[in-house]
This record gives sequence, structure tokens and C-alpha cells, in this order.
Amino acid sequence: MTDATAGATPAVDPGRKSKSIITTDDNTRRRNRAEKRFQYYGIAAIGVGVFFLLALTFSILRSGLPAFTETAVSLEINLSQEQFDEAESKLLKTGAYEQLFVQALQQQLNAEGEGDVEVEEDAVGRIMGNVGSEIREFYLANQDQLGEPVTFNVPASSRVDRYLNGGLSRESLAESKFLTPEDLDIVDRLVEAGTLTNVIDWDFITGTDSGVDNPGGAGLGASVIGSFFMMLVVLVLSLPIGVAASIYLEEFAPQNKLTDFIEVNISNLAAVPSIVYGILGLAVFIQFAGLPQSAPLVGGLVLTLMTLPTIIISTRASLKSVPPSIRSAALGVGASKMQSVFHHVLPLAMPGILTGTIIGLAQALGETAPLLLIGMVGYVARGYPDGIVSGLMDPNSAMPAQIYTWAARSDPAFYEKAWGGIIILLVFLLAMNALAIILRRKFERRW
Amino acid sequence: MKSVTLTASALAIAVAAPAFAQSRENVQIAGSSTVLPYATIVAEAFGENTDFPTPVVESGGSSTGLSRFCEGVGEGTIDVANASRAIRDGEVETCASNGVEEIIEVRIGYDGIVFASQQSGPEFTAFEPSDWYQALAANLPQDGEMASNPNSNWSDVNGDLPDVEISAFIPGTRHGTREVFEENVLLAGCEETGAYDAMVNDMGMSEDDAEAACMEVRTDGASVDIDGDYTETLARLESNPDGVGVFGLAFYENNTDTLKVATMSGVQPSTETIASGEYPVSRPLFFYIKKAHIGVIPGLKEYAQFFMADEIAGPDGPLSNYGLVSLPEGELDEVQQRIENETTMDSQS
Repeated sequence: MTDATAGATPAVDPGRKSKSIITTDDNTRRRNRAEKRFQYYGIAAIGVGVFFLLALTFSILRSGLPAFTETAVSLEINLSQEQFDEAESKLLKTGAYEQLFVQALQQQLNAEGEGDVEVEEDAVGRIMGNVGSEIREFYLANQDQLGEPVTFNVPASSRVDRYLNGGLSRESLAESKFLTPEDLDIVDRLVEAGTLTNVIDWDFITGTDSGVDNPGGAGLGASVIGSFFMMLVVLVLSLPIGVAASIYLEEFAPQNKLTDFIEVNISNLAAVPSIVYGILGLAVFIQFAGLPQSAPLVGGLVLTLMTLPTIIISTRASLKSVPPSIRSAALGVGASKMQSVFHHVLPLAMPGILTGTIIGLAQALGETAPLLLIGMVGYVARGYPDGIVSGLMDPNSAMPAQIYTWAARSDPAFYEKAWGGIIILLVFLLAMNALAIILRRKFERRW
Repeated sequence: MKSVTLTASALAIAVAAPAFAQSRENVQIAGSSTVLPYATIVAEAFGENTDFPTPVVESGGSSTGLSRFCEGVGEGTIDVANASRAIRDGEVETCASNGVEEIIEVRIGYDGIVFASQQSGPEFTAFEPSDWYQALAANLPQDGEMASNPNSNWSDVNGDLPDVEISAFIPGTRHGTREVFEENVLLAGCEETGAYDAMVNDMGMSEDDAEAACMEVRTDGASVDIDGDYTETLARLESNPDGVGVFGLAFYENNTDTLKVATMSGVQPSTETIASGEYPVSRPLFFYIKKAHIGVIPGLKEYAQFFMADEIAGPDGPLSNYGLVSLPEGELDEVQQRIENETTMDSQS
């Protein structure tokens, strides 16, 4: 190519360097090479980013997916009225039901065992998770089923689950008192008999937190509700306040020292670490205003403070991007300043405002640090709220707080739950960001 | 226009909210991360087996829990503080000055502090308190005066220990475990090696100064304070195969597949050796109840009674199964009595 072009322009003085823009000289080639190099750097940078994203996704899915399944024991038991009454008369009622279930499983094992080694009750107890509350709830609701055979599908212990997933070897159990290598023989027998199966753990998605000895019963559902109510508070408070503040600052406020000062401070607030808002929330909302601890309302108020600057900044940016000609046209046909803003500027800026709000909410959704100080991080195992007031006022956790709590527990099964929780949290975040993108694509105007 | 009305109504909600603030229905607990697992087990069972709502249990460490406990009386403050050490006189005074004058102390059982390393790591199988003192002390007596700790490898301290760099992960100062570690391991080791006597007799230090010197931990990186939970210690060990960590017995028992434990003074830690007192590094666990909240917060006294019932805190209960060393028979009865009669700390002494 280069030679051909050079040959086609013989009129050029050979002693003089070509100034043609078609012919490439050394300088041009060097610049072209630099451009190519830069492109490769760019591709490499993207490659590194994609690699980390894939590695992260892979490790999250690999560690987290087992949390969505559980090893369940399916067994038919028959409880009499007397056994029910006796269990209900105890202090630890759930423990009594669990014992009845364990004894039933033990009997079945020994009956099938054809005179093999006798299976001990303790061994069966080690294989089972905490099943008492599930059985008790069923019989409390269905007392007419007493005296009739009922099939229960209840979780086995977390270590059995890990053994069957390949996460735990026989050798590593040598020192353990929670599951012994001999117990695994019984587990193998139960798997062969089809009593132990791997099922989807719906409780993990819908349930509440459980005690540290019961990873099988732990669920994220209640904290999803907690997060929902917090986001509701954030949305209801920060969107109107943020939009009103930005409209005033952008459209009405005079340009003077005071408004400059306010603007600088809003930008500074956006950079304040979130834990600071937590301390503020503890002092103002709980100790001064007397709001309850661990309540999503307080969490929402704290996160509102955190989200406001983000929303104000993005709203002002989208108000700024509406061309002044729109305002002038509105004013020109006789609209008042307020009419021009609310009838013309605000609707045009709305997609940008919504995008900013959703991104601010997504940021607030993943926040743990401020919740630490207002009592939402910890063991908060409350059921679903009855209504909006109890949803706002009753103690609840939030998704990231729940994940943090699980990651700190000693039973490795909770670590798996934490990864599973991350998957659910990421699904919510992706859904919110996708909504922001869709809104922007659908309504955005280019000028 | 619309957003103006929205703002107004939102503000109205925010202002009206305190009016909703009905009396708190659940027990609010915070404190030691060592007691936390037991408290969650009890809280879950309490919620399932009684008509009271499940209590909320937060972590944070004994000191954090007790300082929140001492903030005052009222629904905005916690009802129960979990602690892995007894409340200090200074804390009782702070409490009293904030109006928390009546405190019920409940001893729930004992916990062992164990020294564990990675299952596949170097052979840390037996420790003596003196090993830990010589490995971690900030200053050791050398030639009649205190000089900074020269030991860099465990084998410098004791020839039987592996020849790897000293790298210990010990609980941070806001954990009650730290105090027990300092007193039962570092101070004991200091006395064992004769360093304490050397400080008092040869160097003319006062007994208090000598004790403080015994318990001062080196800050050159060989010893790392862990302010988080034991899972953080475990994570640090996973990234450092030569490290040794300090754990609670229950945590170790839950993670026997990744951790191996060392004996202390020749005794293997277990619930039995801790109950008998043979294992030297153990401490009682407590929770403290604000008496002023009994009768105001529903379920507070019932929670304490449920916690210490024979079926729960007794030797066959779920707490003991998880790793708590139960109180001996007589002591358990006494604690149950104390809760029943709401005996506060002043009236018992």
C-alpha cells in the first residue's frame, strides 16, 4: 500500500519529505503505532476488569449456590395426643418434639438394620438439624392430625449437608464432637434408602435468622423486608426533599455567598463516611427523639441523610442539562417562573432524577456501617411484620447487616449462607440498576 | 407542586413518628462476642417456646456492651449486657452515675480459651504460659534491666516449639478474653519464668509496675490484636500458615476440620478439663440485667429465667452441647434463685 502510493506520485521531489496526507511518513507511522498501542492498553485494561468480574462472579456462585439447597430427611411419624400434651407441658417444647422425631428415625433405622449394630439415639441426634420448631408449628396448627401418620421433610445437620456436598471429608471429622466418622455410615445408609435428599431450601429465601446452632433454619426473608421498609423511608423522604432543594438551588436561589456555602457543603456531605451518619442517627433519632432501636424507620432516616447529597447532586446535574431555550420559550409565552419549572423543566429532567435516585437507593441498600450503631446488626430474628407501622417500628435487620452477622459465626455453614445472601443482595442491586438504565433509555432526551 | 405536598406529608410523618413509639416489646441485648452464640441460641428458643417476641442480640465486645448498658435507664438503652469478664468497679460507678443503680449479675457458665493453629501448619502441640510470655512480652529482663524482646522465632523461646517466626493473633483490648489471656497466660508465664521476681527484687519495681510490665504486649508486629470476632482470627490464620490464634473453646470445636489445638501446661482443653479446673485458661461468662427494666420491658425476667433453666444451661442443654461449660449443680441453683428474687449486686455482697 505504502509503496504503491509512493510510486503513484512520482512528481514529488524525492529529496524532500512527503507532505501528502495520503502517503505515510515516519512521523505518521509513529503516531499510528502509538494509537494502536494505546488501543491495546485499553483492551488490556478492559480484559483485566472482565477477568476480575468473572473471577468474582464465579467464586460468589460457587460458594453461595449450596446455600440455596439443603439436605432434608423425609420421615413419616405418628404423634399421639398424649405425646403432644407431654411435649407442650415442657419448658423446652421444641426440644421435646425434636427428641420424638429422632427416636422415630432411630426406630426406623434399627428396624431396617437387620440385626446390625444398634444405632444410638445420640448419633441420630447429631445427624439431624434443629427440627423441633417446624414440627411443633405444624401440630399447633393442625391438631386434628394427631394420631395420624404425617410425613415431615426436615433439614439434616449442616455438617451432613457439607459432607454430601463434598465440603467435608471423613478424616477431618476425627476431632469433631458434632458429627463423628461413624455417623457418616448411617448417613450413607440413609442416602441409599432415599430418606436423605437434596432439596431446594425455600426457607433460606423466605425465613428469618436462626440461632448459631441451627444454620439449617437461617433465612434472609425477614431482612429483605427490613431492607424494603428502609428503602421506602429513604424514597419517601429523600426524593421530595432532594428534588425540592435542587430545584430551589438551581432555578430560584440568588447566586450569593450563602448559596455558594450551601453548595460546597452538599458536595462535602456526599463524601462523608457513612459511619458518621450512624453516630448521628444514634444520637439524634434514638437518644434524643426516642425512636426504638433496631427499627427500620431509624435505619431509613439515617440512610436518607446519607442518600440526600447524592440525589441533590444528580438532580441538579439533570436540571442543568435541560437547555435554557426551553425555559426562555416557556417564559416567553407568558408562563410564570414556577410554571416553566414544573411544566417544562422538571418533566424533562425526570429521567435523570430517577436514575440518580435509584443509584442512591442501591448505594443505601448495600450499606452496613451506619446500621451497626443503631442496633440493626446482630441477631434480629423477628418474623414478618403485620403492617406498615410494625414494619417500620419493630426490630428488623437488613440484607447487608444479616450477611455481615452470618460471616462472623463460628459454624462454617453460616459462611456459606453469607455467600448465598450476597447472591440475593446482588440480584436486588442488579435489578435496581437495570431499572435505572431502562428508565434512562426510555425517557432520556438528547438535545 | 406535587413534590411540595409530598415533602410536607413526609415531614409530617417524620415529626409524628415519635408518637408511634409505643413501649418496646422485645428484650434488647448487646455485648461480648463470646457470649453472643449462646445468647442467640437462647433467644431463638425463647421466641419459639414462649409468647414473647424473640430478643434482639447484638455483638461488639464486653466493654462496648457494658458501656452501652451503663448509658442510663429507659427504652433507648439496652436491657442486658453480655460479658466474658466480670463488671469492673469503674463500670459500676459509671452505671450508678447514669442512674443504673440496680444490676443483677448472672453467671452462665465457663468458657475455655484455646490456642490453635492451622491443621496443616507447623507442629504447635504443647504450650506453657512461659512460652507465651517470652514470645509476646514487650520487654524482658536481661542482665538486670528491661530490654525489648529479642525473641523472633518460637524455637528461641522453647526448643520444643517449631522454628518459625512468632506470629500470634490475640484478642483486642475491647474483648473480655484479652483480660483473661493477660492474667492467666502472660502474668502466669511471667511469674513462672522468674521475670516477675527479678523485676520486683532486683530492679526495685513496685508490684503494680511489675504486673503491668508482665502484661505489656510487644507492638513490633509479632503479635496482632484482633478486634473483630474469632472468624477474623481464623481468616488471618488461613492467610498465615505459621500463625497461632487465640480462640474460644466453642469456636474451635465448630472448626476442628481446619484448626488443631495445643495443650496448655500439658492439659488438653475440653469441657471436662475446664469444668474440673485442670485446664488453666478459662473464665466465667456473665450477663447483667438492668433491674429497673424488669416489669417495664416484657419478657426480660422470663428471658433470664429461661436462659438459666436446667433444660437450657444445664449439662444436657443446647448451650452445653454447643461448647459452654455448665455451672456445677449447686451454683446453677443459686443463680436461678438470684434471678427469681431479683437479687442485685449490692445486696448480695
